[in-house]
Parts: sequence; structure tokens; C-alpha cells
Amino acid sequence: MEYVIEMLNIRKVFGNFVANDNITLQLKKGEIHALLGENGAGKSTLMNVLFGLYQPDGGEIRVKGKTVKIANPNVANDLGIGMVHQHFMLVDTFTVTENIILGSEPTKRGQIDMKRAEQEVRELSERYGLAVDPTAKIADISVGMQQRVEILKTLYRGADILIFDEPTAVLTPQEIQELIQIMKTLVKEGKSIILITHKLKEIMEVCDRVTVIRRGKGIGTLNVSETNPNELAAMMVGREVHFKTEKKPPKVGKPVLEIKDLVVKDSRGVTVVDHLNLTVHSGEIVGIAGVDGNGQSELIEAITGLIKSESGSIKLNGKEIRNLTPRQITEAGVGHIPQDRHKHGLVLDFPIAENMVLQTYYKEPYSKNGILNFKKIYEKARQLIQEFDVRTPDEYTKARALSGGNQQKAIIGREVDRDPDLLIAAQPTRGLDVGAIEFIHKRLIEQRDKGKAVLLVSFELDEIMNVSDRIAVIYEGKIVAIVDPKETTEQELGLLMAGSKRKEAGVSS
Amino acid sequence: MKKKRLGLSLSLLLTAGMLLGGCGQAKEDKAAEEGKGNGFSVAMVTDVGGIDDKSFNQSAWEGLQKFGEENGLKKGKGGYDYLQSQSDADYATNLNKLVRSKFDLIFGIGFLMTDAITEIADQKPNNKFAIVDSVVEKPNVASIIFKEHEGSFLVGVVAGLTTKTNKVGFVGGMEIPLIEKFESGFLAGVKAVNPNATVEVQYAGAFDKADKGKAIASSMYASGIDVIYHAAGATGNGVFSEAIDLKKQDPNKEIWVIGVDRDQYEEGKIPGTDKSVTLTSMVKRVDVAVYDLATKTKNGNFPGGQAVEYGLKEDGVGIAPSTDNLSQDVLKAVEEWKQKIINGEVKVPKTREEYKEFEATLKK
Amino acid sequence: MNSNRLTNIMIPIFAVLLGILAGAIVMIVSGYDPIAGYSALLYGAFGDRYYIGETIRQVTPYILAGLAVAFAFRTGLFNIGVEGQLIVGWLAAVWVGVSFELPKFIHLPLAILAAAIAGALWAFIPGILKARFKVHEVIVTIMMNYIALHVSNAIIRSVLSDQGFKSEKIHASASLRSEFLQSITDYSTLHYGIIISLIGAVVMWFLLEKTTKGYELRAVGFNQHASHYAGMNVNRNIVLAMVISGAFAGVAGAMEGLGTFENISVKAGFTGVGFDGIAVALLGGNNAFGIIFAAILFGALKVGALEMPSSADVPTELVDIVIALIIFFVASSYLIRLVLNRFKKEGK
Repeated sequence: MEYVIEMLNIRKVFGNFVANDNITLQLKKGEIHALLGENGAGKSTLMNVLFGLYQPDGGEIRVKGKTVKIANPNVANDLGIGMVHQHFMLVDTFTVTENIILGSEPTKRGQIDMKRAEQEVRELSERYGLAVDPTAKIADISVGMQQRVEILKTLYRGADILIFDEPTAVLTPQEIQELIQIMKTLVKEGKSIILITHKLKEIMEVCDRVTVIRRGKGIGTLNVSETNPNELAAMMVGREVHFKTEKKPPKVGKPVLEIKDLVVKDSRGVTVVDHLNLTVHSGEIVGIAGVDGNGQSELIEAITGLIKSESGSIKLNGKEIRNLTPRQITEAGVGHIPQDRHKHGLVLDFPIAENMVLQTYYKEPYSKNGILNFKKIYEKARQLIQEFDVRTPDEYTKARALSGGNQQKAIIGREVDRDPDLLIAAQPTRGLDVGAIEFIHKRLIEQRDKGKAVLLVSFELDEIMNVSDRIAVIYEGKIVAIVDPKETTEQELGLLMAGSKRKEAGVSS
Repeated sequence: MKKKRLGLSLSLLLTAGMLLGGCGQAKEDKAAEEGKGNGFSVAMVTDVGGIDDKSFNQSAWEGLQKFGEENGLKKGKGGYDYLQSQSDADYATNLNKLVRSKFDLIFGIGFLMTDAITEIADQKPNNKFAIVDSVVEKPNVASIIFKEHEGSFLVGVVAGLTTKTNKVGFVGGMEIPLIEKFESGFLAGVKAVNPNATVEVQYAGAFDKADKGKAIASSMYASGIDVIYHAAGATGNGVFSEAIDLKKQDPNKEIWVIGVDRDQYEEGKIPGTDKSVTLTSMVKRVDVAVYDLATKTKNGNFPGGQAVEYGLKEDGVGIAPSTDNLSQDVLKAVEEWKQKIINGEVKVPKTREEYKEFEATLKK
Repeated sequence: MNSNRLTNIMIPIFAVLLGILAGAIVMIVSGYDPIAGYSALLYGAFGDRYYIGETIRQVTPYILAGLAVAFAFRTGLFNIGVEGQLIVGWLAAVWVGVSFELPKFIHLPLAILAAAIAGALWAFIPGILKARFKVHEVIVTIMMNYIALHVSNAIIRSVLSDQGFKSEKIHASASLRSEFLQSITDYSTLHYGIIISLIGAVVMWFLLEKTTKGYELRAVGFNQHASHYAGMNVNRNIVLAMVISGAFAGVAGAMEGLGTFENISVKAGFTGVGFDGIAVALLGGNNAFGIIFAAILFGALKVGALEMPSSADVPTELVDIVIALIIFFVASSYLIRLVLNRFKKEGK
């Protein structure tokens, strides 16, 4: 059996924390090998060891049968190992070619030979079916294209072992399909791929074998054809996981949120929400499905008062809240789990406790006469940390130090605790692992069952299908269809989201 | 880890050394005190200009050096010394420092030191102080003032007779009564010999901004002015550098600078030639005054509470010894006016008010 | 958590030690004795009660200027205009000090209040420009420094004196000077301002850490988006932060006007205290109590340095270089943090 990479009994320790405990991963030539594990299981550590960013405390690395010591990323490059990072490392104002050759520029008489470089990039792009324009500026191309530039970067440097770090987290469903095609082409051309992910669906679709790790330990390596998502999930989490979130039929009540003819323009004056109508009732979860950039973000920002809308009406429990300040809207009974938890949801350099009172700090009992009452704030924080299972050493720890899942749990705890009539959840599970996703979905449904109205925005069709009671499809700033998740399929939703099919559906119900 | 420890022990060593050194320091002070007694020691505090300002701080230090050398003193405590101030908050501290070092006579150089001298004179009534360019009425302070208007009048005469464009410039440091004396005397001198000449007056707002001096000079020369008199300390260095730059571009251009406080012939030297753009300089013999006052005090004639005036008569002001750029006619005229001033025939104005009166008498 | 705090304290200490070391090297290379130089420095700062008095006097405005910079910085603003705010504060304090004759318990607080208001107003302008029109505060505050310098010079000439270069001395009822403090420090210019600056540090700490306003200001400083999301008025907080920062700077000016000089004179250039305040805030980690220590260091360097030329023959220029080196290492504390972390990792 020919292995291009063998990581044997790798051990990596940080202080008292064992990040990798005798993990073995063997990559065959020409295969796509998934590395599966929850956030914090040790996937990144293992890959950083392979890429030369960390030195292992034990174990052995062999590349094409030879034992090697990978002292730094340059050594990894020379060994033909390339990494496609989750967060792209591109210069926005440079062209595709300039970014690709950065650091290994071909020169002619001391000058960069841009023509030759462009030609090489074009050839590579065509060979692997990437369809990248070598002369386009990074700032002008889509996220999916930028990712391909990252792939080209590794290929240009002669990599034949590619590591993909959570590549689908930032992509739309269509882009994911295209990426899967690209990976298959790469393998056909003789490359080998390690795919870091926690998305079971992708593994089932594209991978040949999968290595599962949990809490730093290798759980096992399986052939994908001989396993199923339930088994993998159980291996990853260590217990049975329910994909279909159990939920009772909704008890739909009176309308809580009524949006009529809402128009929102962006900073350049382009209409991004175009006479949109939508109603959310108490006791139901309405999911908004759509490709990123069709007005979802602006719709939510307009409801929550973060941006001003042009015209129309937004009523909460019958009262107009359009263009009120965020504080007035919050106090009227809106909870908001923002799409970007680092930008909007948390003050990362504040302790968890101070983040828990971000909207309520000025009220009793958290403060009196303008003086904060830290005792009460800490009490509340401890209560929420326990109730929402936020894994943190203590309430004084900075929010920045928490994992994404725990940050999200803290936000949800804070928003739910204010007992809002309308809870808006924008991409609440983005980048989270299976366990955290399950927890968050449960909480959303719990709110619904308590008679709250929930508005869910997500780019993950699974999530929309799974959690929503009704699905509103948004396209170019309009709700183009309202469908029942029980009666629709992903294919139908995909077509609606692409704007190719307009369903004659009651725009308000 | 090892390196860190090394760094730590090094710094500990350093700190210890500093502490020990501090103790040694105190002993030295006592030694200096005991060793003194028969000698006479003198020191000065400069303003922010420093002893290389090519102006009156430097001049004062030259006087002090001369005094020190003639009396066999050594530089440092118990001999002759100076302290430079970094900002105006340092004047009092520096003066106090010298008092603590037991100097017999302490000079404050420049009017900016007025408040600090006034205050310390009250606090240390047994110390002797002197201030240059200002008057402090305390029994233990001697004030040295100059009749700058008289000297400025003479260079005004030179400027009035030299200008070909009939346009003359004056660049002042700060707009204060002291510099007004320069301005009024100069204007009077120019008008006395050349009633048709116009004088443009500009203030830089500072004594240590050479860049500003250069900018003002640049616009003045561009407007046709061919002689500039500066009374602006280090700001005036900019006037020189502008004139030299212009001369380098066009050696035939007839432009001149009149220096101040010291003979500034050297400052006006055009590189690569033996020529200078310095027409003449209004010398203010701070060195003469400092030397004179130090000598008087050493001999027991400290003029405490008095303002000692140094004018043409006392050779405290005048035109510089470098006369290469002056014609015999001009020198003759200067000598005539000098005698008239010493005789009291001409009363040189020292404020703008007095200048107006003076101008009126000319028109009659 | 604890080791983090330790690192935060270690970094400035390391920076200072490195600066001293580099200064020593410069002295050796230029042919001077660093031990003599530094012992002169130490003696000139703490050598006897007079010098201690002078050092404390110098520390006083440094604390307040440092607080001003830090307060803005904690709110995410870079107030380079402390220098200008200090000058207008100085002017306002002296103006009140010479214009009225009131009982001390009214006059002195009134003069300090005037300084605070003047500084606050001066900072209000860049604050409102930033909030309303997104004009960068660094540019505006730098320009405001020049305006402050020249406007106050013009006022000193035309209003506070008759075309002179300095104002009258303030009335004793507005003075911070004290016979008692002068007598225990052998006629240093030490004044009661130090108490005001220490109170200032406590006020800043309390305001930022204990009040809802401070909570808002800190939140806006760390993350404007999240603050907006949470319903805080970001623009109002920006203006408020600048105003409070300016008030601290104005009071720093009052220390000079009511204590150190007891008047104001025409300035050829900036006092430098406001700019040094940036370094003080940086060294003090933008923390109220850290700033007190940083200000003591700067005050001691400034006052002690005056002794170096006369006792150790180190030229004034070299003293400036040594001080600049220390500031350099403080400013590059990021590098030191990197090195320290490296050591920590390898230690493990």
C-alpha cells in the first residue's frame, strides 16, 4: 500500500493540555481523506504539525516513505504539502496572478515576468477546471473564486498533497458543489487531499476514507463506503446524535412581526430590500432561505434598527418600530442573535460577564444611579453560563478566549434571557460543530414552544429545512415564495433561491 | 531561560551601580565644598538655545570662559560652568542646582529667565545672581541691559547706505519690548541716512526656528529686499542659509544679511569661496558685560539691585570688527553717527512710540 | 489569567531596562561613563529633598496628560491634541487666576474648572467632527494643537498683557503653591497639584470601571459595531470621550499655570508635556494606576537628566538620546511581548 503521508502516533502537548494524543493518520496517493472532529478536538493542531507550524512532542512523520522533520512551512512546501486556509491570505488590491506568485515571483533580468506568470496560472487553472481569470483583482471576485486562488497558490508551488481547512464554511450551496467537482478533478490528476471538516454530508459525498478524532485522541479510520452519517457523528461526539430535531407541531398564535412594503437601500443607494412583505406569528419559526447577498442581512439590520430603511412598515405586536433606535427596538421586545458574532454579538475584549449585560447594563439590578453593580452582573453571568452550558473557566474570562460554539451559546443565553417576543437568529450555527448545532436548534424550538416568534436566517439548507415551520425564500430583496418544509425538497428550494422559478405563494399568510 | 536570567542580573548590577554611584556623588559634593573657600566660582544657565546658538548664549559663555581662564579656574564645580535648559520649566531647577553647587555668582542668560531669577533671589537671599537682558529689582541681583537700539541704529545706517533697491528687511524673534529696541533703532538708522528706503518688519514668533527664519528671508528677498537685519537668535540662522543658497545659485546677486549679538561674518561664509553674505553685525558684547560683571563681583563690587547699562559709550554694543564688505564711505558715516550718539546729539528711539517722534523730526 | 497580568507588568519594566541598557551602550560608545551618567540621573531626580520636590512637580502634569491620552485611547480614540488642550487649559486657568479676586476656596476650584472646560471644549471640536463627519481625530487634533498655541500666544499678548510676552502673576488665592511644601523640599516648585492628579487617576479608574457611562465608553472603544447593536449611541460616546479626555488635559495645563509657573508666557513651541503624555499612557498600559508609575519614571528622567551634564559631563544631546531610547523600547513593547512569550514557551 502506497502512502504519501504517514503521521504515526503524533503527540502534541501544550502545558498540561494534551492536544494530540498518539494520533495516526495515513494518506494514500490519490485519495480524499477526511479529518473529522468537533471544534477543539485537535484537527488544526494535527495539521499545523504536518505543515511545520508546530513541532510534535512524539511520533513520526513520513512523506512518501521517508521519515522527515518539518521544521517550518517552507520545509512543508518543499515536500509538496500545501494548505488552503479557512481564512484566505490574499492581498485585496492585487490581481489573481500577483497573489499567486507572491513570494516566488518568476523574474526576467531582475523584473517580474508577469506575462509568463499569467500564462502559467492560466494553464494551471484550465488543467484543474478552476476557471479563474488571472488578471482579475481579488477585491472584484467572489469568495468562491478567492478560494480557488488559494488552491492555485498551492498548485503553483508544486504541491501534490493539499490540505483543505473547513473549505465549505464560507461557500454557498452552488459553490460547494463546484468545489467538490474541483477536488475530484485534482485527485484524478494525481493529487492527494486531506479535508478538515465537521460536515458529515460532505464526507459522504466526496471522501474515500475518514479519520475521526475526539478530544485529542484518534478514534479510528473508516472507508466512507462502509459507514453512514449516524455512525460518524456518534464517533465524533461520543454519543448518539439526532439529526432530525424532534419538535412538536407548532401552536401558531397572533402575528408578532408584520413587515409591509419594506424598502432598504445600501450605502451606495442600491435597493437591496425591495417592497418586502413578511409576517411571523407567535409560536412559529420562519426560516428565510436564500443565497448570500439577496438582502437577508439588510432586512435583519433594518428590523433591528442597525440601518435606516427608506419606506414601508415594520410592526411589532401591532406597534410601528421602523427606524427607531436599536435600544428602543430592543426594549420593545426584539432579541437578535447577529450573523457576525465577533463584529456585532460580543465585545471580545470584555469578560463574559460584561458581555451578558450588553443591552441591560443601565437597568436595575445591574446598575443604580449610573454605578454598576458587579455582584449582580456576575450572578447573572454565572446563572446563564450554567443554564446555557457555556464552557468557560469562569465569568471573568474574556469572550475572545472562548471557542466559537461557546461564544454563540453566551449570545443566545443573553438574548433568550431578556425574554423577547421576537427572536431573530441570523446564521446561528455558522462554523459550529454538531453538538453545538444540536443545542442551539433545541433552544430555538424551545422558544417557539414558549409562544415566541422566531425568525431564522441561514445559508444552510439543512438547517432551514430542519428547524423552520415555514420557509420564506428571498431573492433580490423580495420574498419570492413561502413553502412548507414538509412539502418541499432541497432541489426545489435551490431553484427558488436561484430565482429561476417563482411559486405563486401567498406572500403573507 | 538562561538569557533571561542573565539580563535580569545585568540590570540588577546596573541598578546597584547606580545606587552606589549616587552615594559617591554625595561625597564628591562635600569635597567640592571643602576644597572651595579661597577661589571664586561663577556659572550660568542658558535658555533653550544652548551655548552653541551662535548668539548671546554662546557670547555669554565666551565671556565666562575668558574670565575663568584669566583667573585660573577649572570648568566644573568650584570653577566656572553652565547648565542648559531643555524647556522653560527647567530654569528654576537649573538655577537652584547651581545654588546647591555653591557657585558664588550665577548668571541667568536671557529675559526668559526673569521670573525664575526673581523667585530664587527671594528664596536664596545670600546668593548673588545676575540677569542679562532684563531688570530684576532685588538687592542680590545685578541686571545687565544693553542699549541695543544704539547698535541697531549704526547697522541701520549701513543698511540705508548699502541698499540698491531701497528696500530693507527686519526679522525679529518674538514681538517683545526687547526686540522692539532693535527694530526701532534699526528703522531710525535706515531713515536717518536714506529717507526713501522702506523697511519691512516681520516676526518669526520664536528664537529657535531656523526653518521659519529661512521662509521669511526667502519671501523678503523675492520681494526685492536686498538687506535683512535679523534679531532672532537661532531663527536668524535660517536667514543666513537662505542668503547663502541664493548666492550659490547666482553669485552676482547683491543680497546681504546683517548679523546680531556676535560677529556673524563666519555664519555668512559662502562655501567654496572666501566671501560672506554678512554685511556687518550688530554686536552685543554679552561677553564683555559678563566678564566685566564677574570681575567686579570678584573684586567685591557686586552691583546688587542695580541695572548696569552697556551702550556705545561703554563698548557694550557696536558694529562687528569684520568690515570686508563695507566701503570706506560707509565706515566713515558710521563713525560720525556713533560720535553723535555718544555726544548725545542724536537720541536713538527704543520703542515704536519714540520712533514715531524721531521720524517726525526727520521730516522737518 | 495571572501569568497574563504578570506579562503586562513585566513588559514595561523590561522596556525601561532595555532602554537604560541601550543608553549605557550609547554612552560607552561616545566615550562617557554610563555609571556616572546614570548615578547623576538618579541623584538629580531623587538625590535630596529639593530634587524629589522637583520630580514630583514634573510628575504632576505628566499624570494628567497620560490620563487624557489613555482615556481617549480606552474609547478607541487617538487624542494627539492633549498638547493643545493643555495649553488652552493653562491659559484659561491663568486668565481666571489674574482676572478675579475671590476667596481661595472658590477661586482655586474655579480656575481649575475653567481649565477643564477649556480643554474639554478644545477636544469637543475633533470629537464632533469625528462623530458627525468621520473626520479622523488624529488630523484634527494635531491641527488644533497649532491653533491652540498661536491663539493663546495672541491672547497673552493682547489681552493678558500689553503687547508683552507673559501674563501677570496669578492672585495667591488661585495658586496651588504652598509655603509648607516648599519648606519641606528646600524651595522646590512643588505644589498641591500632585494631589489633584492623583485624584484624577482615581476618577478615571472609577469612571471607566465602575459606572455605566464608563462601561459604554469601553464597549465603544473595543467594538463600535457591537455597541451600536446593543443600543448605545456610538457618536455621543465618541464626543463624550474626547470631552473628558480634553478636560484631563486642561487640568494638566492648570497645574502648570496655577502651580509651576503661576503665569503664562508666550510660547515659541509646544511644551512637550502633551506629547510625552502619549508615551506615559503607553508605558502605563492605559491603566490609571500604571500611568502614575509611568509618569514618575518620565518625571524622574526629565528632572534627573538636568544633572547629567554638570555632574557626569554627558552632553545634553546624549541625554535626549538616552530618553528617546527608553521611549523607543516602550513603544516597541510588542516586540518585547513576543520575546517574553517565546521564553515562556521554551521554558515549558
